[in-house]
Amino acid sequence: MPKVTVDGVELEVPQGATVLQACELAGKEIPRFCYHERLSIAGNCRMCLVEVAPGPPKPQASCALPASEGQVIRTDSEMVKKAREGVMEFLLINHPLDCPICDQGGECDLQDQSIAYGRGASRFHEAKRAVTEKYMGPLIKTTMTRCIQCTRCVRFSEEVAGVDEIGALYRGENMQITTYLERAAKHELSANVIDLCPVGALTSGPYAFEARPWELKKTLSIDVSDALGSNVRLDSRGREVLRILPRVNDDVNEEWLSDKGRYMVDGLTRRRLDRPWIRRDGKLDAATWEEAFAAVAKINPGKSIAVVAGDMVDCETMFAAKKLAGALGSTLLEGRQTGLDYDCSNLAAVNFNSGLAGIEEADALLIVGSHVRWEAAVLNARLRKIAKRGGKVFLIGPEWETTYPATFLGNDLSVLDKLPKAVTDAFKAAQRPALILGGAGLGRGALGACLAFAEQFKLVRDGWNGFNVLHMAASRMGGLMLGYAQKGGIADLVATKPKLLLSLGADEVDYTKFADSMIVYVGHHGDKGAHAADIILPAAAFSEKPGTYVNTEGRVQLADKAVFAPGDAREDWTVLRALADALGVSVGFDSFDQLRAAMTAEVPALGREGLADYGGLPKAGKGAKANGVIEGYPIKDFYLTNPIARASETMQRCSAELLHGEVFAEAAE
Amino acid sequence: MAARHLEPDTAELRARWGNFAFTKAWEAKARTAIAKYPDGRQRSAVMALLDFAQRQIGEETNTQGWVPIPVMEYIAKYLDMPVIRVVEVATFYTMYNLVPVGRFHVQVCGTTPCMLRGSDAIMQACKNRGMRKGHTSDDGLWTLTEVECMGNCSSAPMVQINDDNYEDLTPERLDAVLDALAAGKAPKPGTQEPGRHTVEPLGGPTTLKAMVKANFDYRKEW
Repeated sequence: MPKVTVDGVELEVPQGATVLQACELAGKEIPRFCYHERLSIAGNCRMCLVEVAPGPPKPQASCALPASEGQVIRTDSEMVKKAREGVMEFLLINHPLDCPICDQGGECDLQDQSIAYGRGASRFHEAKRAVTEKYMGPLIKTTMTRCIQCTRCVRFSEEVAGVDEIGALYRGENMQITTYLERAAKHELSANVIDLCPVGALTSGPYAFEARPWELKKTLSIDVSDALGSNVRLDSRGREVLRILPRVNDDVNEEWLSDKGRYMVDGLTRRRLDRPWIRRDGKLDAATWEEAFAAVAKINPGKSIAVVAGDMVDCETMFAAKKLAGALGSTLLEGRQTGLDYDCSNLAAVNFNSGLAGIEEADALLIVGSHVRWEAAVLNARLRKIAKRGGKVFLIGPEWETTYPATFLGNDLSVLDKLPKAVTDAFKAAQRPALILGGAGLGRGALGACLAFAEQFKLVRDGWNGFNVLHMAASRMGGLMLGYAQKGGIADLVATKPKLLLSLGADEVDYTKFADSMIVYVGHHGDKGAHAADIILPAAAFSEKPGTYVNTEGRVQLADKAVFAPGDAREDWTVLRALADALGVSVGFDSFDQLRAAMTAEVPALGREGLADYGGLPKAGKGAKANGVIEGYPIKDFYLTNPIARASETMQRCSAELLHGEVFAEAAE
Repeated sequence: MAARHLEPDTAELRARWGNFAFTKAWEAKARTAIAKYPDGRQRSAVMALLDFAQRQIGEETNTQGWVPIPVMEYIAKYLDMPVIRVVEVATFYTMYNLVPVGRFHVQVCGTTPCMLRGSDAIMQACKNRGMRKGHTSDDGLWTLTEVECMGNCSSAPMVQINDDNYEDLTPERLDAVLDALAAGKAPKPGTQEPGRHTVEPLGGPTTLKAMVKANFDYRKEW
């Protein structure tokens, strides 16, 4: 471990650290534009110049210089100050002074650093360079004249996303960042370049000119668009969430967020259920809460009640509904809306055991029936790291465009019994073999065969558990922990013909099978569930209520409430509490804190943030064989998988333009 | 430089160049170029392949050649690399023509040493023959470009025409070269100064004279 001296303070830095990292360890701030922790080192902005001895008597770019024994680094000398002023002056030569009309204003690295390290006044009187606009798709708004050519976006799409489509064309002062032939950026992580851009060259299209960062209230929350539980920040003003940004969490989403998680935000204000509705003569009529509760009371279901939970509900809502059904004497709870019926007696068998960060360590990976790019876009970036490190990746299922080298073994599950030699060899040689079982695999009953595979290749070994199930619903693991699983899946609910079916924002259920039931929909969007409902009780979306979510690796995370639900809509638990009064039963909680306490008392793991412990994998059943052909993946359209996204104009446009090839005319300025 | 741009990606362009493939001769060269790099590093050969494609197109169209977008896509596929990386290389180096050029691509150096030695007159001589900067003449013979230093400063001014340099030019000497080229002859490349072979000083050395015949130790004079 080399010892270096930074501004007179001696410290030891890890082997392989750069001078910039050494300075950060010493608590010194080094300004930078092109350097980013998660991308390769480019060294082209020159903002991180420091004075290093021994070495040439000139400032050195600290981001690309390895720290070595005995270095004396100065970040506070006159030479460094002058160098930073000089670099800043060069960067500003061609940067327009349009901060008042730039969306990056207030959260712009260039703005902040020019104030902190710049000269203060311009000496440049010549004409500035101008660059023509580049089209990068419906999500990214470009103003390339502002670009300082840090190439973070180029490196992101090449290294992290694995979709080479952004590049730097021409040279010198004519250098321009563009997508190939100005086509739209077509991958699920494309909008992350907006966060990476240190200036206002790439800004958010749908959020253009909506707000200034200092006006926004920031609320910590969890993304519910997939089962990863990406950490997000909701930026709201008044009663509206204006944008969603990722938060850094190395264990979950690093600092990325899928385009859907980021841009379904405008769906939160559209197609909202803001008052109760009651179906009369086949048509939904607006009603008051009293009328709605009276209508529910009139059903008088007794024990004949079943609850089906949607993909985006929080644990508290599911627990409140469970208590309500329990008070009425029913345990008919189900969360797997589309009819999956895999065995949930041991949650370790349906958990992402390696962990989202741990899966990176795998050196051989078999993916059974999962379109990872669409089902968990952020996870796909991690899987890419496996392939980049030389790990072998095999897939069973219909082919999709992976962003890394991978071998498809066909879509017939019976291949699990007679794996090609290349696969068995790779898994026998692997130190950390792993398997990911996705929704399409679960749907074909591959769980048993995959557990057998895990035993055969010892996926569980010292300090390593390579057996993973990848869910798609943010509510899934929480639901399974709360008992939202029947042996036969939702078919069990259908078979009992409940008088009352309580739907917690469940929009993917085939409601035609519940033709004899009265359907009470507690949800936030006028989507498929509401269309089928007999009584609609308007509730809160994920941004409008505090909640506990468990992601696919069993990580318990808390989300906060950013804004109030619109109109007469109320938080879900209050609706369910009032429903209990209407049905004349007691559920045992009167406040959210009591509800949470009751939930924690029943399922202690939900009260502890962090990974829940599900114990060891169950034994594979004897003769567990998989057969059947995976014909398709559950997700048909990445951008429209949940009611919020379906209501979002941005997501609709993404779907039409990026997936279905529709052409949109650019709005005239 | 600033005028450098990609030829728009139109249906006509696709129709004309969409079926581009290396001929046998160029294919063999391409294989040799790729074989120079280790397995899996085949994309290192991108510059050679772009050059070969440009030359093959030059042969087909009887010009210096250029690289249209579909050809870049062909090379990307050939080397199993993303197209945008090929386009980055092709747009970076001025030796790759991004738009069609004429039979002879006259590149006049206008950087300081050439300018001091009279490149303005050379440029004017070209213009007098009907060439315009950045354009191809109507007969398809000439394309005029002003370029930066070509490294022939000691025999300035110079022009580069396709693969050859013509140095020590005056307007008259340039006219002679261009006339010869137009007539289908191959004028002598290199210096046009009578009696000069490469870039040696005319009329004998003016410095280090004592070293002409034998080694001489100048150190005692310092």
